[in-house]
Amino acid sequence: MRITQGTFSFLPDLTDAQIRAQIEYCLSQDWAVGIEYTDDPHPRNTFWEMYGNPMFDLRDPAAIMLEVKACRDTFPQRYIRVTAFDSTHGTESVVLSFIVNRPDAEPGFRLIRTEEPGRTLRYSIESYAVQASPEGARY
Amino acid sequence: MDAATLIQTVPAAAGEATSPRAMFASSGVQALLEQLDAELVGLAPVKGRIRDIAALLLIDRLRAQQGLQSQPPSLHMCFTGNPGTGKTTVALRMAEVLRQLGYVRKGHLVAVTRDDLVGQFIGHTAPKTKEVIKKAMGGVLFIDEAYYLYRPENERDYGQEAIEILLQVMENHRDDLVVILAGYRDRMDTFFSSNPGMASRIAHHIDFPDYSEDELMRIADLMLGGLNYRFDGDAHEAFARYIALRRQQPHFANARSVRNALDRIRLRHATRLFGADAAPDRDALCRLEASDVLASRVFAADGKDDLHAS
Repeated sequence: MRITQGTFSFLPDLTDAQIRAQIEYCLSQDWAVGIEYTDDPHPRNTFWEMYGNPMFDLRDPAAIMLEVKACRDTFPQRYIRVTAFDSTHGTESVVLSFIVNRPDAEPGFRLIRTEEPGRTLRYSIESYAVQASPEGARY
Repeated sequence: MDAATLIQTVPAAAGEATSPRAMFASSGVQALLEQLDAELVGLAPVKGRIRDIAALLLIDRLRAQQGLQSQPPSLHMCFTGNPGTGKTTVALRMAEVLRQLGYVRKGHLVAVTRDDLVGQFIGHTAPKTKEVIKKAMGGVLFIDEAYYLYRPENERDYGQEAIEILLQVMENHRDDLVVILAGYRDRMDTFFSSNPGMASRIAHHIDFPDYSEDELMRIADLMLGGLNYRFDGDAHEAFARYIALRRQQPHFANARSVRNALDRIRLRHATRLFGADAAPDRDALCRLEASDVLASRVFAADGKDDLHAS
């Protein structure tokens, strides 16, 4: 099951040229671009591992693409996303985030039904990949 | 620079043929070169080379329009010259020129020295150098006193590692950044002879000549003009004599020496006004007099080796 998280995730995967154009836009807005990866793509898992520091001081998308490629080489079978942080007073949060790499096989999520008193049902989801193996060996 | 951006930057010349001259004028490059001429005194070989590069890049655009192969040339450069001949100033300008010509995308200059590239322990150099290179992408990486990167006396020096990473980037990321090395002539020659890989990847070796006395005078006038000062008639003459004398002395650093001399003249000017009883008017605040110049020790030294000419 294809995971749809962040911007553009209902579109086909972005090509490198498209990623580069998006990064170019982020830089033109003075946003700090960062790269993050994870193997636990639960929708409530907002904190992915950072691949290096956010790149506050880079001016050109070529340099960030180098980092994206380096991250893909290191973690070819993880989810990798590019985030853009807007430090403007009053915003101070991630304003754009999109997936730039995903594992070859995405087994998807299982629906968990928890029985509560009074025949109440609580629902949650769990990734098949996450429950199958420990961190680092999931995809 | 790919074909699409090339055509984008030349909107007028979609179908019909454009003469290089018209293109030169319309691209803003001509204005840029004229500005260089006005603001940088002398430096004929440097300006000539910038003009050549501009011409090549424009002709390349024309070739791209005709569907001919247009490979952006390698523009890594080496600036050599004595102290104070304007190497750093020109490098700053070069970044702007290359941006206007569409050769680099952002046109910022990252100026570094050995400290910024070479690490202190094993494994520290590569990330440090790469960090700097990434910062410079889309612009110009200016390495001042580049020969310090290579220390032949210490075979375990990490400078060599920085050089190797630089070489790789200069080859593989030619579209992403321009590397400019700068330093004194003789030491750069030694540096290149011990790093043939570096020498062969740098297409442009530009030598900055020493300024003539006349040029130094014009530089002084430009500097003063920028600060809203001026020489009166006598002071102008006195300063011309000052330059002639100062040039004979050791440790003369061209424009830098001129700037230092002007700073000291301003000090004396301020002291003179400070001692006067009347409130100085606007003219007095701007005018430097001969006495301010002549108080310099250069006139007294008279051939003595005075290291700290004032």
